Amino acid sequence: MSREIFEQRHEPQWKALDVSLSRLEMGRGDRGGVPDDLPELYRQVCHHLALVRHRHYGADLELRLNRLVLRGHQQLYHHSAVDSAGVFAFIRSGFPRLVRREKRLVGLSTLLFGVPLLLMTLLVPRHPEIAFSIMTPASVEQMGQQFSPGGSLEAGRPVDSDILMFGFYIRNNIGIAFRTFAGGILGGVGSIFFLVYNGLAIGAVTGYVRQMGFGPQFFPFAIGHGAFELTAIVLAGAAGLRLGLALLAPGALSRGRALLLAGRTAIRILYGAAGMLVAAAFLEAFWSPMPQPAATKYGIGAILWLAVFTYLTLAGRPDGP
Amino acid sequence: MLDTYRPVETPEGVEIGLRVAGPVPRLYAAVLDLGLRFIVYILLGIAAGTLGRGGVGLFFVGLFLVEWFYPVVFEVKRGGATPGKRQMGLLVLQRDGTPVGWSASVIRNLVRFADLLPAAYGFGLGTMLVDRDFRRLGDLAAGTVVVHREPVTPGARVPAAAPLRPPVALTLDEQRAVIDFAERLGTWPPARAAELAALLAPLTGVTHPQDPEGVQRLVGMANWLLGRR
Repeated sequence: MSREIFEQRHEPQWKALDVSLSRLEMGRGDRGGVPDDLPELYRQVCHHLALVRHRHYGADLELRLNRLVLRGHQQLYHHSAVDSAGVFAFIRSGFPRLVRREKRLVGLSTLLFGVPLLLMTLLVPRHPEIAFSIMTPASVEQMGQQFSPGGSLEAGRPVDSDILMFGFYIRNNIGIAFRTFAGGILGGVGSIFFLVYNGLAIGAVTGYVRQMGFGPQFFPFAIGHGAFELTAIVLAGAAGLRLGLALLAPGALSRGRALLLAGRTAIRILYGAAGMLVAAAFLEAFWSPMPQPAATKYGIGAILWLAVFTYLTLAGRPDGP
Repeated sequence: MLDTYRPVETPEGVEIGLRVAGPVPRLYAAVLDLGLRFIVYILLGIAAGTLGRGGVGLFFVGLFLVEWFYPVVFEVKRGGATPGKRQMGLLVLQRDGTPVGWSASVIRNLVRFADLLPAAYGFGLGTMLVDRDFRRLGDLAAGTVVVHREPVTPGARVPAAAPLRPPVALTLDEQRAVIDFAERLGTWPPARAAELAALLAPLTGVTHPQDPEGVQRLVGMANWLLGRR
């Protein structure tokens, strides 16, 4: 068959595919989904491209069909759908299962974050100068002062300030979690740095608050959202360590392949951690500053800690293979 | 052109060509996006400013979303390219040529933070220069590549001439060699071009190494092979 006859015979199909694809690319196909005839048309044009190559019909025709196939490939193998059932299953069982599967990294991350935090909490009241070795005196004082008797917290604050703080916590805390995760790709070094640094910083403020005797204001404030916030930072760290470990110890896989697989696991842990941080920001902005008696605060806080712990250890059991 | 060409086989068994993009066009795209983000920040700030203290909180939320997810939304929902990338004719794809999904896009854009370290995309640029597909750390973790939107147009730079049918049927490699010769014609002195063309005496019928007629015939054949008949 000569090129001219080939072109004449198949031109209508190429036109039809072009029109269908243009419509999908403009985003107007969203409601109707992929037209019924698209997969068939696309496969025919794939076949034509192979023929054009085999018969050397010419580079221009090959280019034109190659472009059509590339566009069809883009539309047919699109996988961006997020279904609500998948999200629900992830919260109910997928996320806690994932955390349990990575329990060794979660444990390591807990130590990297928790040990510096405890150390600073215990040491700073006796040696206050240590706190200033990682934070400026002004910022320690500023963070501590809001918990002083009669400080901004005890005075109560209007709702618009709560919204302001909510936005601040979202940006600041989830940003910390994302950085802790991303740093993991540097062989885990970045995650370790952010875990230890944040442990030290939070411990320094806690220690300062104890030393000044602001504990009765601080601990009822912090216990509630801490359940979500501290756990989420540890989990984001574990996700980052998973990336780093893939580079350091890829096992039987190539480093590139190991990193790709680790990325898929790690990002799911991070989704869960980010969700927990949104919950933490709500609590920290709207619940934690409420002027409830300390006993209520401690009670609710204990329930929240227990809930997070139970959720991560028990939800979704028995674990799949 | 060959060293950035990545053939990918589709499930239908045909090969499509991707052309990976290097650091320079990607840098231009990043600068354009930076400018656009800056404008969005200003607009957000103006809108939030009308809402008082609560507005500042919403401003922070908006800032957070734009900081981390501006590229994600465009890459997944708007055909694989942020406005800056679109302007530069770039596109983010999975390594197998399929469009990026949510998770891949989120990974590559969160890990961007590590690419930016220690300063000005230091690690990202270092990785791009080592990797043969110019992937930064985020691309490696997500399994994505940045490619040029338009595939190479073979023969676009072939000078126009009266098409001439080759006297024998040429294989694909031979056709490509003839087209490549015509494309690169401007880069040699005429004497050298004539000398090279003389190597193809069986095809052109011109044996004398100083005769420019051989060059003309090859350009004519290149035009014929490109379908300009």
